Amino acid sequence: MTPTSTITTEKKDRWASGVTPYAEMGYFNPDYEPKDTDILAAFRITPQPGVDPIEAAAAVAGESSTATWTVVWTDRLTAHENYQAKAYDVTPVPGREGEYMAKIAYDLDLFEEGSIANLTSSIIGNVFGFKALKALRLEDMRIPPQYVKTFQGPPHGIVMEREYLDKFGRPLLGATVKPKLGLSAKNYGRVVYEALRGGLDFTKDDENINSQPFMRWRDRYLYSIEGVNRAMARTGEVKGHYMNVTAATMEDMYERAEFAKELGSVIIMMDLTVGYTAMQSMSKWARRNGLILHLHRAGHGTYTRQKSHGVSFRVIAKWCRLLGVDHLHAGTVVGKLEGDPAMVKGYYDTLRLDHIPENLENGIYFDQDWASLPAVMPVASGGIHAGQMHQLLSYLGEDVVLQFGGGTIGHPMGIAAGATANRVAVEAMIQARNEGRDYFQEGPDILEKAAKGCPELNAALQVWKDITFDFQSTDTPDYVVTPTVA
Amino acid sequence: MRLTQGTFSFLPDLSEEQIAAQIRYALDHGWAMSVEHTDDPHPRSSYWDMWGTPLFDLPVEQADVVLREVRACREAHPRSYVKLIAYDSSRGRQTTALSFIVHRPRHEPGFRLDRTESHDRVQRYRLHPYAADAPVGSRYENGATP
Repeated sequence: MTPTSTITTEKKDRWASGVTPYAEMGYFNPDYEPKDTDILAAFRITPQPGVDPIEAAAAVAGESSTATWTVVWTDRLTAHENYQAKAYDVTPVPGREGEYMAKIAYDLDLFEEGSIANLTSSIIGNVFGFKALKALRLEDMRIPPQYVKTFQGPPHGIVMEREYLDKFGRPLLGATVKPKLGLSAKNYGRVVYEALRGGLDFTKDDENINSQPFMRWRDRYLYSIEGVNRAMARTGEVKGHYMNVTAATMEDMYERAEFAKELGSVIIMMDLTVGYTAMQSMSKWARRNGLILHLHRAGHGTYTRQKSHGVSFRVIAKWCRLLGVDHLHAGTVVGKLEGDPAMVKGYYDTLRLDHIPENLENGIYFDQDWASLPAVMPVASGGIHAGQMHQLLSYLGEDVVLQFGGGTIGHPMGIAAGATANRVAVEAMIQARNEGRDYFQEGPDILEKAAKGCPELNAALQVWKDITFDFQSTDTPDYVVTPTVA
Repeated sequence: MRLTQGTFSFLPDLSEEQIAAQIRYALDHGWAMSVEHTDDPHPRSSYWDMWGTPLFDLPVEQADVVLREVRACREAHPRSYVKLIAYDSSRGRQTTALSFIVHRPRHEPGFRLDRTESHDRVQRYRLHPYAADAPVGSRYENGATP
């Protein structure tokens, strides 16, 4: 059979050599009913001009599963229908010309158990550079319990972390040591000590503090742990400093983590830039050695922020919960970094709840059942201060680490005073909330009253009272409110 | 020093009325409540002595029942720390929801930081409550409520 030599207007045979549209090869199937065990993905697709959106969706399904650009007879050696991903729903995105939301189902067999590296190599491996698409964004994924159960998730999780630290009923408080670069190890430990004795629970290395010429990691760890222990003696509370173990090689990371453990640190951290395999390795290490594992999402903005292309942060959050971190930065709403309130709520729900129902308003495209996988503590960091405490509590809730770096270290009365201001503000706000007050509306009054007995809080409110970061978000939900019939 | 464990240690000591408001919040959530006391406030001292068993299934209107236990425990152990705990037994939590100090010894001597020098500047730290030098039951006598 040589179909290419015959000119015909009839549809090409599925197995004839040459190029067959993906949609006709089985990668588009509007009648397909996803199985409970399927992994589902929602892709925002912007086809090149003239490309049929259905064919574009089928191409994404094809290229992220079994297909190549031309028909191969070796497909016939397999139960190919099982391995083909299927685009089963393609709809225009409301209010976004040229964009379509394609839902694609993948059979569980396509993925190695317990490997985020493998999952991502399939789902975002080749397709993002596909010429027929102008842009592509992975908006959300449904991970079925059958796949969730191949991961152990966070080494400790929110519940265990709170018992570990003996801290309940309020957000945890932290600060990133500033300036982030340039301090000597001894000066660095001073900031740790002052912030912790003043009332914070944690201090933190910044993402780019690893082991530079002005301060090597070992020296930093030694002085920081001195600060941690002195602060514990001053307060009688458990305190911690996130020691950043991010390094060039896995061997270096293990060496640093082992030293943090030897010093008695309760927590270490790493950066998203180390990659999925390294993160999963550190997760196993943290579980084995009993240290809380914090993850800084360094670099994510390069692919999460733009609406039409990349990977949504809620997908990154899902992968990180699976591979297993105890903390993950997930936005502040009110601070200096990108974060639409509804989208941030979607990220926080994804990290903290056991079951998250589909909710387009928050950017959640699928029901997600975590099957009792422990929860991740979200971290809010970047341009937040004590004067926003009512907003922070209202938007972010109680199971969160609020990190006030500049908002502690920049306090006019000193670092410990800055820490005290934040701690008094959070306790006063929790007290008011629990007493049934409308703390969001009355927030400024509640803080002002608490500041009467606390000069540190009073000074913080004076310095930062007018500081807001009011910019339009780039990443917002595509949700159209259907008018109700009155 | 002032021991700052618990949810509200940076605020002025709560009045009975303020404690009652927190109790109502907890009962409204269906949480069980318990009272615990200790004269070993080391931050890793997880097991304070229980003042009876936790109070389950109390309706919000009976916040007084909890407050009575707080008072009784304080009276029996004036030279100890007393904390009030709300416990959330719901699936996925099954842990403490709120925990705050409702009584503390009048004089809190704090902790000594002991250290042993180890290799390459590594220090082995040990937190020692000054009060723990005296036997259990006779700590915090200095300045305790008569």
